[in-house]
Amino acid sequence: MNTDETILKDVVIKFAGDSGDGMQFTGSQFTENTALMGIDLATFPDFPAEIRAPLGTVPGVSGFQLRFSSDPVYTPGDLCDVLVAMNAAALKVNLRGLKFGAKIIANKDGFDAKNLRLAKYADGVNPLEDGSLDGYEVIEMDVTRMTREALKEFSTLGTKEKDRAKNMFVLGFLYWMYNRKLENTIKFIQQKFKNKTDILESNLAVLKAGYHYGDTTETFTSRYKVEKAKLPPGKYRSIMGNQALVYGLIAASQKSGLPLFLGTYPITPASDILHELSKNKSFGIRTFQAEDEIAGISAAIGASYGGNLGVTSTSGPGLALKSEALGLAVMLEIPLIVIDVQRGGPSTGLPTKTEQSDLLQAYYGRNGECPLPVIASSTPSDCFYAVFEAVRIAVQHMTPVIFLSDGYIANGAEPWRFPQTDDLPEIEVHFQKKLPEGSDQFLPYLRDDKLVRNWVVPGTPGLEHRIGGLEKEDITGNVSYDTNNHQHMVKTRQAKVDYIAQSIPLQKLDSGPEKGKVLVLGWGSTYGAIKSASLDLQSEGHAVSHAHLRYLRPFPSNLGEILKNFDHVLIPEINNGQLIKIIRDQFLIDAHGYHKIMGIPITRTELVDEIRKWL
Amino acid sequence: MATETLTAKDFSTDQEVRWCPGCGDYSILAQVQKIMPGIGVPKENIVIISGIGCSSRFPYYMNVYGMHSIHGRATAIATGLKASRPELSVWIVTGDGDSLSIGGNHTIHILRRNLDVNIMLFNNQIYGLTKGQYSPTSEEHKITKSTPYGSIDHPFNPLALALGADGSFIARSMDRDPKHLQAMLNRSHQHHGTSFLEIYQNCNIFNDGAFEIFTEKKSKPDETIFLEQGKPLVFGTENDKGIRIDGLKPVVVNLQDGFSKDDLWIHDETDFYKAQVLTRMFDSPHIEGHFPRPFGVFYETQRPCYEDIMLMQIEEAIAKKGKGNLDQLLRGKDIWEIA
Repeated sequence: MNTDETILKDVVIKFAGDSGDGMQFTGSQFTENTALMGIDLATFPDFPAEIRAPLGTVPGVSGFQLRFSSDPVYTPGDLCDVLVAMNAAALKVNLRGLKFGAKIIANKDGFDAKNLRLAKYADGVNPLEDGSLDGYEVIEMDVTRMTREALKEFSTLGTKEKDRAKNMFVLGFLYWMYNRKLENTIKFIQQKFKNKTDILESNLAVLKAGYHYGDTTETFTSRYKVEKAKLPPGKYRSIMGNQALVYGLIAASQKSGLPLFLGTYPITPASDILHELSKNKSFGIRTFQAEDEIAGISAAIGASYGGNLGVTSTSGPGLALKSEALGLAVMLEIPLIVIDVQRGGPSTGLPTKTEQSDLLQAYYGRNGECPLPVIASSTPSDCFYAVFEAVRIAVQHMTPVIFLSDGYIANGAEPWRFPQTDDLPEIEVHFQKKLPEGSDQFLPYLRDDKLVRNWVVPGTPGLEHRIGGLEKEDITGNVSYDTNNHQHMVKTRQAKVDYIAQSIPLQKLDSGPEKGKVLVLGWGSTYGAIKSASLDLQSEGHAVSHAHLRYLRPFPSNLGEILKNFDHVLIPEINNGQLIKIIRDQFLIDAHGYHKIMGIPITRTELVDEIRKWL
Repeated sequence: MATETLTAKDFSTDQEVRWCPGCGDYSILAQVQKIMPGIGVPKENIVIISGIGCSSRFPYYMNVYGMHSIHGRATAIATGLKASRPELSVWIVTGDGDSLSIGGNHTIHILRRNLDVNIMLFNNQIYGLTKGQYSPTSEEHKITKSTPYGSIDHPFNPLALALGADGSFIARSMDRDPKHLQAMLNRSHQHHGTSFLEIYQNCNIFNDGAFEIFTEKKSKPDETIFLEQGKPLVFGTENDKGIRIDGLKPVVVNLQDGFSKDDLWIHDETDFYKAQVLTRMFDSPHIEGHFPRPFGVFYETQRPCYEDIMLMQIEEAIAKKGKGNLDQLLRGKDIWEIA
């Protein structure tokens, strides 16, 4: 039959279903497929903390939002054009996130009496039948029935097993609808189920059935196509935040010649860092799944003390547990990377939801005067470069560094024009191997002009020495309770961190004029939303600029100058106002805040509205 | 530097030792300094890591690499160091509060992982540095600053705990028996795996005489039993008492009363079941019919060390896949090109 092909610029799809429906898998396969077409994209997986929340209920809904476009994409989109709703609860949760007129692909079977009741619709109410969806284009599909139909020859599989392939039907249908090829998914399924022939064959059969359903049913007269994006030339791959972070650590290990040691304890949403590093032992990487968060960082400190690149990874609650050991690392003045993939807090909070609420903890959350550098990544691929930089600072300035990511970046995906090894700078590391000429005593806390002490590792003859958490005497490193010495050492440790401002790039504006009405100052995962909102308002002719901070402590040395060039400084954050406190404190400016603390990213639309208030 | 030319003095530092006069720690420090020249490890490859507490000042007084870390974490720090630098000889100095209270978790986990490190647990059954609170090894009903009505905590049996965590080397010694302590330190070093050596140490300020009954000439012969591989369990002033096994139970017998040495339990360090019985010979010496307290090596077994397996996995991965190639990693499996 004839179908039209409509060219679209920008599409936002949300896959939503029970947490056992395989929506994350469906979403990531569609993402992979989209990326391989050279279309720009951003994703936002959103899933419950429970592995299998009660079936069919609202809390059990797992979602995966994907935006793809032939124009540059900075966010996964505010509102969706298409919703795949595998059951009634999935519709209920996501309806308010749909554009008016959006397509709803509804699995009819997921709207039976039982599912409607579980989703807490009133007795006798079915949204597919009561006209409440009149403003939308509803495509009802009997996915369960058609999946079973496609598998009727598969006698070795039970109904339960057959029904598990439902998501493949939807995926196949969407591949048809957006004019895609099935190759990447076929290849993936063949690899994943290579030892389970029946599962492999059944998944392929259902995938194809979904595709052919689009093709042969006369209901659908239109297919859509999104053209390749006009990205800078080069080779691209799809990358997720935690993955980029791991690659950044491995690259930094290679470029510094320091063996990588990860000491960590599993915690959402940081565990993938452990998983991914553990896969890459052929880079000489040691991963240690410790008995708790404290042992994780302590082991990393032990490894750093021994001349390794010590890394520990965690999320907010784990960072709280690590704070005493972090103080030790500050006192020892040894390199250490502490990764905090932030999530909603306080306490256990919202483990699978995103938040930027650990900035103050990273800044100040330790006993005593305990300064250390803080660095944040702003997008999934930026994790690679930002963590590489964190390692450079840690080893060249002999200090622990806290690296902040968040759940949104960690699990989000985007295309990445990956670098070549030769493009990456070397990270110079210096180990002291012997006493300086003419000296007969090793002085562990002697500093260079950057206030950095030498790294001497056990195994170096003639430089045996003791270090520890008690206050150090300047230069000798002996234990000292001297009052003047303590004041001097506190000031010195602060000055050492402040000095790092001289080894980092000056802050640049991401977009907008150098002087103007409003500067939107952001950090971390709000990058895409602030960028899109700023570009929108700039195209309307407004004097709005955007600066995004990678270096949070110390700040780039020109930040104060930049802030002065604008009538208003607006600081949007996914917290109750943290960067704003630090900016007000350090620069004495009347910055405005915008705080969204709902466990979800800030949208472009709400930011545009907010910025307008100051124009 | 050749190790054989060194003496105990080479292992002392210029730092003034700041333990209370009469503290048992002095003797332990002296014995460690004495054995170090003979263990066959270059001085620069020896690292001592401690936590917090009186005993944890130890590293400052040893002229090797050392770290005085934070409360309870020495074992975890040592784990990271040993796992990443297996060639180092790593010693952990810890106390009963440090290793069994705040750091209890790390203690049991290092034992099950079996890193090749030596734990010296200075047990004085009291918190000294915080000036006299009861510890996890203090006896029940103990009156201390924090327990004016007597402690209601049941104490740990450190060696039973270590054995329960599958420790591969379990031993006990005391500050007042330098020769035995030296022997135990040497055995700890020789063991490939985590060595757990409990050292009874007198705190003459806050818990003076806690182990007097085991250390004083008068009571020592009847109250202690020194374990020696392949030898019968004999004790007593006249070597007139022994221990035999009756079923699963140890029984004290009198050698002048119808039993001969041939009837006694022959100590076998490799016998896990017997080691469990030995560690349980832990009752208070003030109870009628109590057992003598054993000293020596209770148990030793060889099983693979964590750091060795860790390294093996890396070598296997390299053998199988080749050395990691960063460009291949960054490129991944699926890429597309934009011209």
